[in-house]
Amino acid sequence: MMEKMIFGRYIPADSFAHKMDPRAKLIFIFAFIAIIFIADNTWGYLVAAVFTYASIRLSGLTLRFLISGLKPVMILIGFTFLLQLFFAREGNLVFELGFIRIYEEGIRQAFYISIRFTLLVFMTSLLTLTTTPISITDGMERLLNPLKKIKFPAHELALMMSIALRFIPTLMDETDKIMKAQMARGSDMSSGPLKDRLKAIVPLMIPLFVNAFKRAEDLATAMEVRGYRGGEGRTKYRLLFWHSRDTIALASLILLAAALIALRFMV
Amino acid sequence: MEIRLEQVEYRYAANTPFEKRALEEVSFDIPSGSCVAIIGHTGSGKSTLLLHLNALLKPTGGSVQIGDRTVKAGRKEKELKPIRQKVGIVFQFPEQQLFEETVMKDICYGPMNFGVSEEEAQKRARYWIKEVGLSEEILSKSPFDLSGGQMRRVAIAGVLAMEPEVLVLDEPTAGLDPRGRKEMMEMFYRLHKERGLTLILVTHSMEDAAHYADKVVVMHRGKKVHEAPPRELFADQEKLSAWGLGVPEVVKFQRKLEEKSGRTFPKLCLTMDELADLLKQGGDRS
Repeated sequence: MMEKMIFGRYIPADSFAHKMDPRAKLIFIFAFIAIIFIADNTWGYLVAAVFTYASIRLSGLTLRFLISGLKPVMILIGFTFLLQLFFAREGNLVFELGFIRIYEEGIRQAFYISIRFTLLVFMTSLLTLTTTPISITDGMERLLNPLKKIKFPAHELALMMSIALRFIPTLMDETDKIMKAQMARGSDMSSGPLKDRLKAIVPLMIPLFVNAFKRAEDLATAMEVRGYRGGEGRTKYRLLFWHSRDTIALASLILLAAALIALRFMV
Repeated sequence: MEIRLEQVEYRYAANTPFEKRALEEVSFDIPSGSCVAIIGHTGSGKSTLLLHLNALLKPTGGSVQIGDRTVKAGRKEKELKPIRQKVGIVFQFPEQQLFEETVMKDICYGPMNFGVSEEEAQKRARYWIKEVGLSEEILSKSPFDLSGGQMRRVAIAGVLAMEPEVLVLDEPTAGLDPRGRKEMMEMFYRLHKERGLTLILVTHSMEDAAHYADKVVVMHRGKKVHEAPPRELFADQEKLSAWGLGVPEVVKFQRKLEEKSGRTFPKLCLTMDELADLLKQGGDRS
């Protein structure tokens, strides 16, 4: 199941979105998240959905691929849908069976919220699907650069992010190794009462933390002996270039926002 | 206790695009009370193989018979604990599995998981800590206050205290100094001789394989390519280098000596002492 999950994964390809500047993509995603909340009627959501679909195609991906890859998230969305459906108590009563009461407004809200949620998940997945973690970090650092004037540690933050990303696979391997070692010593993490299973986590977590701290210390020493001293005067190996396609992408967002505002107040 | 592998196959992430075959048609057996070394180049499937020896991994094809239990592909297995009690594994860098507040508690963890009473477990801890060459005072210390070598010994005591019938060792001496290395191997070998403990040695060290094993199994790219007593195996240097393996230093030395002196020894020596004795006898010029 984990193998099929695409959340947070990078899929290499050569598409419009892949070629975009990571800074543009970051701005694009955050702006999109804000803009989507302007939509408040069916037409608005339809426009936003079409916009999202176009973005998916421009990323060289298919809708089917996204849906199958994000299945676990879809379950969550389905759950939100039901929650809204049963617990929103406004508008006319549409359906009643025992203690279940469904209202008109509940249906409407359930649809809107789950569509909004779906669009957000799709869009944010597009960011990680088309951008390597390292360029996301690069983009983030450059975007936060102006904040350095107020002593915001932009470089350090980016470094922390890339180190964290770099060590995820390492820690996964380590977890697997320690789990096997403790299982060989008779620990049982997959059966028995819940209390015992929770107890079995301790022999896993402690070695994992001890190793992680040790590794962090080693890494800090290794960086120090190679003369690392933060972002000061550091040049970049990977340069970022802003192309016209980045401007076009952001311009399209402005159009989307304008359309949604228009639909909100005119329809 | 005997372990028999029959046509064992293992595929990681089976039935996904990421599928990777790690083991293919591996068959051999480990007779009760023997010492078997498994050697092979990095990535040859040794580590995957060793996880099958106490059912931490289930084969995706074939079967593994462990004592009177058989772990077969495609069958749900329940109650694997008895197998794990009988087959102890000391993983590479076992000091990374320590977690308790005191050494005593950590050693007791294994035995108590297998239903040994606390009292009995503590008795065992006191016994095994001495067997691995540490003093009883260490039992009340935190394992994280010990040196690397001591931690290794404590972890090994933790596995031995389960009193398994078969002991699987994955590079047990990696990262130890030469003396610690020798002491450790001698201790395992003594347990093997005195208690009839079946030893399975997964190693890179041709010296250890030559010195201790009754039988050596060679793994290459997920397949078992050879199985022979060490004296027979190390006679064929060329074959070994095709699998990315070498021969022990002693063998290299003997070969060179034979080449330079034009004299052939009646047998292949696997240890320094053996060769020294042979040279002392001297008289067998041919």
